[in-house]
Amino acid sequence: MPPLARHLPALLVLLGTSLPLHAAPQADPLHSVMWDVMHKTVLGDQPAVFDERVKVTLPQQVEDGQRVPVSVDASALGRVEEIVLFADYNPLPLALRFQPLRLQPVFAVAMRVNQATPIRAAARDAQGVWHVGGQLVDAPGGGCALPTPTRASTDWANLLGKMYGRVWREGATHRIRLRVMHPMDTGLVGNTPKFHLTQLRLSDSAGQPLAHLSLDAPLAENPLFTFQLALLNGDSLRIDAQDSDGNAFGGRLPVLP
Amino acid sequence: MIRHRLRLLAALLAGLGAVAGARAAEYPITPQAVAPDSWAVIADTGYFTPQNGGFLVNTAFIATAEGVVVIGSGPSRAFGQQYRRVIERTAGKPVRELVITHKHPDHFLGNQAFSDVPIRADEKTTAMLRNEAEGLAENLYRLVGDRMQGTEPLLPNAPLTPGVREIGGHTLEFIAVPGHTQSDIAVFDHTSGVLYAIDQVFNGRTPTLPNASLPDWLAALDRLEALPFKTLVPGHGAVTHDAAPIRATRRYLQWLDATLKDAARHGLTPTEAMALPIPAEFAGWAEARAEWRRSVGFLYARYELAELPALAAPDQPTD
Ligand SMILES: [Zn+2]
Repeated sequence: MPPLARHLPALLVLLGTSLPLHAAPQADPLHSVMWDVMHKTVLGDQPAVFDERVKVTLPQQVEDGQRVPVSVDASALGRVEEIVLFADYNPLPLALRFQPLRLQPVFAVAMRVNQATPIRAAARDAQGVWHVGGQLVDAPGGGCALPTPTRASTDWANLLGKMYGRVWREGATHRIRLRVMHPMDTGLVGNTPKFHLTQLRLSDSAGQPLAHLSLDAPLAENPLFTFQLALLNGDSLRIDAQDSDGNAFGGRLPVLP
Repeated sequence: MIRHRLRLLAALLAGLGAVAGARAAEYPITPQAVAPDSWAVIADTGYFTPQNGGFLVNTAFIATAEGVVVIGSGPSRAFGQQYRRVIERTAGKPVRELVITHKHPDHFLGNQAFSDVPIRADEKTTAMLRNEAEGLAENLYRLVGDRMQGTEPLLPNAPLTPGVREIGGHTLEFIAVPGHTQSDIAVFDHTSGVLYAIDQVFNGRTPTLPNASLPDWLAALDRLEALPFKTLVPGHGAVTHDAAPIRATRRYLQWLDATLKDAARHGLTPTEAMALPIPAEFAGWAEARAEWRRSVGFLYARYELAELPALAAPDQPTD
């Protein structure tokens, strides 16, 4: 039995009448044979619905599977507790978990894919239901299983954990762009062990948390994150990151008027 | 490993062909006379598909008194073989040498049909092909499929030095004009006045930028426009007798550069940049939106980096 059908009774109870018709349980719109596995492993077999309100934007075809830009916007759902980003056919599907806390449920980042695959974002609402959106990307093979592009030539001793970023004001919202230098090795290439950023925390200048992310190796090398924020107290953001070797990195991101 | 995969693919495709009893269709190779003893073959202006068999790029040949100089061998072994028959029938002379202008796969994967003559490329292109040819070929297999059957990259085996050579009554100048890739050669025939600009100039087809350096490319266009040519053979699109395609290619590259700079300055994400409007002048070119998206993919990261200052360390450690 497909997992959605299995959860149908529970879903109906959970969702009551608040769910719009188009989000009712249905077959995987991307027709992936891996969906059942993703539902179990990435979403922990929790209630899930396909929902067009979780918008995933990406190029349908890429030449470089090591850097597929993905934008996710779940703001049409209202309050979102967590968003996960994953690719069905990746040897390591999960790229990140994002708890927006005080940020908007919107982000952009680039990730690796190993072949043509659905890339999905699932957003968990306050009732614990995952709302799943996604798009297919067509890519040549080997994005995860190729050496990180600048691995050999980069002086990581000086670059590792270095941060770059800027905050833009767009009317009532702020846009944050933040890059953290890290090879994000998947461990799938030769003898290079898995080595990647694991945690990213954003807080305001008073130390109050703004967002928390768990990161995994399928993110592109030197990941560049874009976030959005409505209200911001203070004149800077504080960024803290950790990697799988226990290195800790930090940065102060000024918010210019 | 890639070579192994190629063989596997080729074997698989051959098997399919045998089962279906299919015979690969002929490519529509119709030489167009551009000057005395000089022809260009004008290709489809779309993207690589099984239907066009990867035949997307213009090629050309010059029938000198000492044999035919061929510029570009096309996208596949089947193309190269058919092309060579067409050349020798049209020119009434044997091929003396093949010139590979740059490393893109649709310009050199027909090399197998020219294995008995010198295949010339400049040092840098040859060196890059040594590393990249298999991967480039594999990507074309993926996009084109069936008609790539039997194609394996054959590397250039003779030097191509920038400068003038007298060949059978034609004064041919080989000009280094990098920019479209890390190394590109244009051929100017002083005798006929034909400039074979190949992929430095696109006419009515959106330029492709997977290996582009915009400052180099713009400098190359200036250099080409200054030449006293009468006829221009672009890499993609129709032959002209003026510099209009050079200027249009320049305007496209300048627009692209300014637009990506502006997008990065405003903090746009790559997918937002990919959705930006394309001006009317370029929007009607073949593959305008698809190539714009590809170009954002190839180039935008550099522009994004330039707009993100390094962060200072946090004021005090917490944990
Ligand atoms: Zn080219």
